[in-house]
Amino acid sequence: MLNGMATIFRNYKQAVVSSRAFADFTPKASFEIKKCDVHRLEEGPPGQAELTREQGLHYYRTMQTIRRMELKADQLYKQKIIRGFCHLYDGQEACAMGIEAAINPTDHVITAYRAHGYTYTRGVPVKQILAELTGRKGGIAKGKGGSMHMYAPNFYGGNGIVGAQVPLGAGIALACKYLGNNQVCVTLYGDGAANQGQIFEAYNMAALWKLPCIFICENNKYGMGTSVERSSASTDYYRRGDYIPGLRVDGMDVLSVREATKFAADHCRAGKGPILMELETYRYHGHSMSDPGVSYRTREEIQEVRSKSDPISMLKDRMLSNKMAAMEEFKEMDSEIRKEIEEAALFATSDPEPPLDALCDHIFHNDLPLEVRGTTPWSKLKSSS
Amino acid sequence: MASLSCVLRSGRVTVRDALNQAMDEELERDERVFLLGEEVAQYDGAYKISRGLWKKYGDARIIDTPITEMGFTGIAVGAAMAGLRPICEFMTFNFSMQAIDQVINSAAKTNYMSAGRQSVPIVFRGPNGASAGVGAQHSQCFAAWYGHCPGLKVVSPWSAEDARGLLKAAIRDDNPVVFLENELMYGVPFEMSEESLSKDFTIPFGKAKVERQGTHVTLVTHSRYVSFCLDAAAVLAKEGVECEVVNLRSIRPLDVETIEASVMKTNHLVTVEGGWPQFGVGAEVCARVMEGMMGPHRPPH
Repeated sequence: MLNGMATIFRNYKQAVVSSRAFADFTPKASFEIKKCDVHRLEEGPPGQAELTREQGLHYYRTMQTIRRMELKADQLYKQKIIRGFCHLYDGQEACAMGIEAAINPTDHVITAYRAHGYTYTRGVPVKQILAELTGRKGGIAKGKGGSMHMYAPNFYGGNGIVGAQVPLGAGIALACKYLGNNQVCVTLYGDGAANQGQIFEAYNMAALWKLPCIFICENNKYGMGTSVERSSASTDYYRRGDYIPGLRVDGMDVLSVREATKFAADHCRAGKGPILMELETYRYHGHSMSDPGVSYRTREEIQEVRSKSDPISMLKDRMLSNKMAAMEEFKEMDSEIRKEIEEAALFATSDPEPPLDALCDHIFHNDLPLEVRGTTPWSKLKSSS
Repeated sequence: MASLSCVLRSGRVTVRDALNQAMDEELERDERVFLLGEEVAQYDGAYKISRGLWKKYGDARIIDTPITEMGFTGIAVGAAMAGLRPICEFMTFNFSMQAIDQVINSAAKTNYMSAGRQSVPIVFRGPNGASAGVGAQHSQCFAAWYGHCPGLKVVSPWSAEDARGLLKAAIRDDNPVVFLENELMYGVPFEMSEESLSKDFTIPFGKAKVERQGTHVTLVTHSRYVSFCLDAAAVLAKEGVECEVVNLRSIRPLDVETIEASVMKTNHLVTVEGGWPQFGVGAEVCARVMEGMMGPHRPPH
């Protein structure tokens, strides 16, 4: 009798999943989010965030895709198919997703070298990201940029020199103001970069000229192997803008990041000038693939974050406990994502490298083809724009 | 600052006025062009190159910056990436050293690294090289440093015509251009042809100009030293030595063809520049001439 009942229930569950009747799921729920610490602000973002089922599924899919893509990159690197620099983003997915959820595609984003997550959220398919990592012609930069130099419309990379992207971001914001297009520029940097002089120079000009620039410090607690306590006299990165208002945000919660970024974007669009956000986040991998990541921090610390604060798990648990989706849906998404990543990896490992005659292309933009000196004065290469 | 009002009664234009006029015309022609740097607006420019522009174009397009080269150069490069066409002035190129990472790593290399997706249409300009008694820290010539880097175009005008034509070409170029002026040339007047005063007058990069024909020795030079070479040529002419003076105009790309043609004719070469000799512009000219003498059909043995 009980067996029979179980069968009925099992079939019922399957029937629910296959028909995906919306009436069976909570379409929208409100979640409490951690209150932000504020600097020079009367009030911060709201303490509650609304999440629709569609949004939740989208955020999950995006974050899980980034996670799996980064883990695939790890695997390909260990197989020596990806070489050179490779800085992985797993653990920090809520930052990239939360920011993208709060801005428009016409807004601008610039970040440092831990850029694969943003490259994806800004619209580059996994296939073209992995193929860029493996240095193939199907990569987003035709194999010539590599991990740190991927670009997309309104996404300015991928920048290798620590801190240099911050004045660039302020400049993009200047262009937004100059053109009067009501757009903002999200300018990201890490806790390691936060002490760079050029960042303070950028803060000064952004504030003076009221540039619509959202400065965001992704504080993952370590600049390479140097903890924040050992690098910074003040670890309150959200206050370091001094005269610029600031927020300290839980960077492991995609909803917190989204609400804070919305708040920040509204601030900029209202003509109030720049604003600074510190996202408290964590990276599971070491600084780069050449760093095991355990000489300057403990395995226990990494494990603790993974078990208690993983951004993807947190979102999934929230949705499940509020009946916003079924476990099977997440499993199905995971399976689709796994397939997508596998196909992308296959492309990335089978696509040919760029041909030798493309070596010198794009030295200049919009120029006539020119001759480029080869290894000897009489062996010349050609550069097309 | 109307187009012909700076022409002196004698019909001549100073390098300063040629630069001023060129910027004025390009600012008028294209709304995306703007000027930023220290003292460029309300001070009319440390060397008065931007005189009158702030009055005419206002705060939005002529921007005084704080004394923070790395920051404002990065801002200029970012603005170029986002679709504007900035002219970034360095009060002297000595100060560009503080911002050199933005010039090389953010500006010069980006089009290549992005496989052509991200262009950086920017001009970096200002006085370069020696002045009059300003001390070692304010006298360095950066032609060789910037001339070393792919992704940059580097030009070094001498005359008012050079200044006007090369600056207009630089502003209209979609690539990062390093425009090396010379403080001591700013006040020097030059004749300007009707053609060179026209609004669309540009000088192509990579073409040197033979300022004086000669048969006995080739003097390859750029910037203020063209004047020195012409003066020297006048002295030597009295002794029956005819110098050919080649004004490079363009450091990168270098016009090796014109240099080679001249050296083939005279068989004697002297390079004259304001930079230090080791790894300098002259060293590169000599290397290229030597390599050219080898020829593709005669590899060295």
